[in-house]
Amino acid sequence: MSTVTGTTWNCYDSATMTPREIYGRTLAELAKTNDKIVGLTADLEKTTAMIHFAKAFPDRFFNVGIAEQDMFGAAAGLAKTGLIPFASTMAAFASMRACEQVRTDICYQNLPVKIIATHAGISFGHAGTTHHCTEDLAIMRSMANMTVIAPADGIETSRAVRACMDIPGPVYIRIGRGFEPPCYKDESYDFKIGKAVEMREGKDLTIICCGIAVLQSVLAAKQLEEQDGLSVRVINMHTIKPIDKDAIMKAVTETRRILTIEEHNVIGGLGDAVGSVIAESGKGCVFRKHGMQDCFSEIGYAEDLYSYYGFDADGIIDKVRQMMGLEFEADENWEDE
Amino acid sequence: MDKKELARYLELAKELRLKIVDVMTWSGGAHIGGSLSIVEILVMLYFKYLNIDPRNPKWEDRDRFVLSKGHAAAGFIPALAMKGYFPEDELQSFNHFKSPFAMHPDTNKVIGCDASAGSLGHGLPMALGMGLGARYQKKGFKTVCLMGDGECCEGSVWEAAMAISNFKLTNVIPIVDRNHFMIDGDTEDVMALEPFADKWKAFGFEVLQINGNDIAQVDDALSRAWKMTVPTMILADTVKGKGVDFMEGNVKWHYAAADSELCQKSKDSIMKEYEEAVRCLQ
Repeated sequence: MSTVTGTTWNCYDSATMTPREIYGRTLAELAKTNDKIVGLTADLEKTTAMIHFAKAFPDRFFNVGIAEQDMFGAAAGLAKTGLIPFASTMAAFASMRACEQVRTDICYQNLPVKIIATHAGISFGHAGTTHHCTEDLAIMRSMANMTVIAPADGIETSRAVRACMDIPGPVYIRIGRGFEPPCYKDESYDFKIGKAVEMREGKDLTIICCGIAVLQSVLAAKQLEEQDGLSVRVINMHTIKPIDKDAIMKAVTETRRILTIEEHNVIGGLGDAVGSVIAESGKGCVFRKHGMQDCFSEIGYAEDLYSYYGFDADGIIDKVRQMMGLEFEADENWEDE
Repeated sequence: MDKKELARYLELAKELRLKIVDVMTWSGGAHIGGSLSIVEILVMLYFKYLNIDPRNPKWEDRDRFVLSKGHAAAGFIPALAMKGYFPEDELQSFNHFKSPFAMHPDTNKVIGCDASAGSLGHGLPMALGMGLGARYQKKGFKTVCLMGDGECCEGSVWEAAMAISNFKLTNVIPIVDRNHFMIDGDTEDVMALEPFADKWKAFGFEVLQINGNDIAQVDDALSRAWKMTVPTMILADTVKGKGVDFMEGNVKWHYAAADSELCQKSKDSIMKEYEEAVRCLQ
């Protein structure tokens, strides 16, 4: 893999482009055949990789300056003239600075604005907590009409960007800072919004995860098989809303142990979405949520923080081992409950 | 504007005011003061300037109107009814269970309403987007955005003002209803806006400062704004509660409910002022 050092960022090139990079190029490619696509950013055209679109289509790219509220309001206005706006900024500003514009201007009016939120989770660790975002999944999934996607890598981000064109309403796609290693080799897998991907079969425990946790969970599952003889299923729940209830219930029934992993507060995100499905089903299982335990992150480079908070394979292996020691109710017949 | 035309708009303004009072009565309460202050602006937009077709409310080349001061739905929605978007008797459902009409308008429920509104400071960014969309698609429609003066405390108003000026948009026309009051009192006591015109000028706008309750002045300002080649806004000095003598300039009437007695008293005042205006015309 060749790397290019820029003034601010290191960007991978070649086939293993990072989510940030690949979505920018995918969007520019989509726009070639669809003149309804317009782009917006708030002084982050380079940081969010919107620059590829901006260079190709300067007449339909709008940089509103450092004004996120204005950007999402303007995106709503553009959508109202029949266009499909892609608006990109960091997740913290998309979900919190402009929260009400996203909710009232975009979701309430049910407009086809596609939000690409970069630097989600603790991926921009050394920037400090103002630039982290471990709240966006909770905020976005609570908004009616909103679809919420957290792709695992660059390839899946590209799939999500293409697929969100078929959704008539708003879509929120959260990606990281742009250093995430690839999880998929190519696009030849079944990606459908709202349909989870089983990355690995297993019968002892299921990890339900999204974003950077997918690759690490797959690596952890391999090691657990080799070292502990455990059969761990890994489900890439790339769509947080609408959540794939069937995949969750199949995992509950077949493995009886569920671990959710998200680069997000454990309150309100993927873990709670999965937990609600299980609780409403009335079926018992061992259930743990792995994520930020209702705290703000320490400072540090992302890889150090991922290790510290247990989002790497080693951390995930520890969580799985702890869970294997927990008992679930042995009743096999749930029909009488 | 000749006398005949002026008389027609005076009558429309009177009709709209009477309907606003009806809505205040039917709905159980309405933002009466800020609805009455924008009547002349609504009348001139809907009955002269906006290129719209009530039979084809989603016509893609229509001029857009964004009511950013969404609490004036009690003025805006009756104006849409008068224009023929829906039957006027439907206004009786205002605020009631499953009515399309509420204190703040919903674009997906109110036919002819181009943008949902209610939370202040949202309209101008949306109007900016509509203006950019029109320019990119080479469409000639205008977008008019009507804001309250108190609303201009919101920072997002100025974010959008900066952008309209930056993008040199002349197809977006901001209008501020300068009625001098916000809920807690006189704007200059709560959060001073003055020198207000200078602020808009500093943001790059040509400012047309007018009496917003004077039909001839509103007509003149809209006519000029429609043709301007630089970003232009209209600062419309108005009277809160205009047309109902005991409500005029009194912040107590920002929001109010009415029984049949208050309704009649209000209508009597509107008729009295209207008849005087007609007399002056002759």
